Amino acid sequence: MTLTLNSYLLASGLLFAIGFAGVLLRRNIIIIFMCLELMLNAANLSLVAFSRFNLVPRALAGGGTALMPNYNAQILVFFIITVAAAEVAVGLAIIVALFRARQTTHVEDISSLKF
Amino acid sequence: MSPVLFWFFAGLMLFFGVLVVVNRNPVASALSLVVSFLCLAALFVGLDAYFIGVIQVLVYAGAVMVLFLFIIMLLDLKSEQRRGLNFPAWVGGGAVTAGFIAELWFVLKGFDVGHQAFPPLGQSNIDDVREVGMTLFSTHNLPFQVIGVLVLVATIGVVVLSKRELK
Repeated sequence: MTLTLNSYLLASGLLFAIGFAGVLLRRNIIIIFMCLELMLNAANLSLVAFSRFNLVPRALAGGGTALMPNYNAQILVFFIITVAAAEVAVGLAIIVALFRARQTTHVEDISSLKF
Repeated sequence: MSPVLFWFFAGLMLFFGVLVVVNRNPVASALSLVVSFLCLAALFVGLDAYFIGVIQVLVYAGAVMVLFLFIIMLLDLKSEQRRGLNFPAWVGGGAVTAGFIAELWFVLKGFDVGHQAFPPLGQSNIDDVREVGMTLFSTHNLPFQVIGVLVLVATIGVVVLSKRELK
């Protein structure tokens, strides 16, 4: 059985579904945040798989051209990882501030904005 | 990447992903997430994306998860108490997730390009970091600097948020 693009897309989609289920089902705000990271990483996996699948001719350092992965996709993954790291720092600071104010990380106890 | 290795790491990644969701103890969840990220890094390496794989280990499995564990221990979270299940929420969430997986299955079945195997690289040894760096600093120079500003803004934001009293 050879590996196809669909194998990677399936793994990526299932990882996304797991993160999605975690966000919907869990009530601890830190676990919800971890599941968000899981979903971001699932997107990264499909981007890298497409980058490897979609080869483009590229000039080599020693002259000549060769078929190489599409590096634009990997740059996008790099940016996603950077933004996700910044997002984690800000999000966790917000959670700490929230915990100081309310002494809870349970989303059902944080319902001031609930209609 | 050999199919055996792919299914091994993909299975491990999904298994520990499920453990993140089902564990009641936040520390166990965070450690499962580390293993899941490490398996994902192995998949990246299998796709010839060595730089992204290394970044995944350093930034995600290293820095981000240390931050998570640090906050969990700072807040001193205990294992979650068993609360009464919110039944409609579980049924709704499960239904939406099952619908998503079903849709994924049908979309992938109809995606003809996806049934092809990966084409071989033009050159067996690629200098991955050089290529990523060249692309990053030539084609995507402006976004790179914008990301730098974003990280600075996030740093300042975290410092402001962490102050005991906002003025």
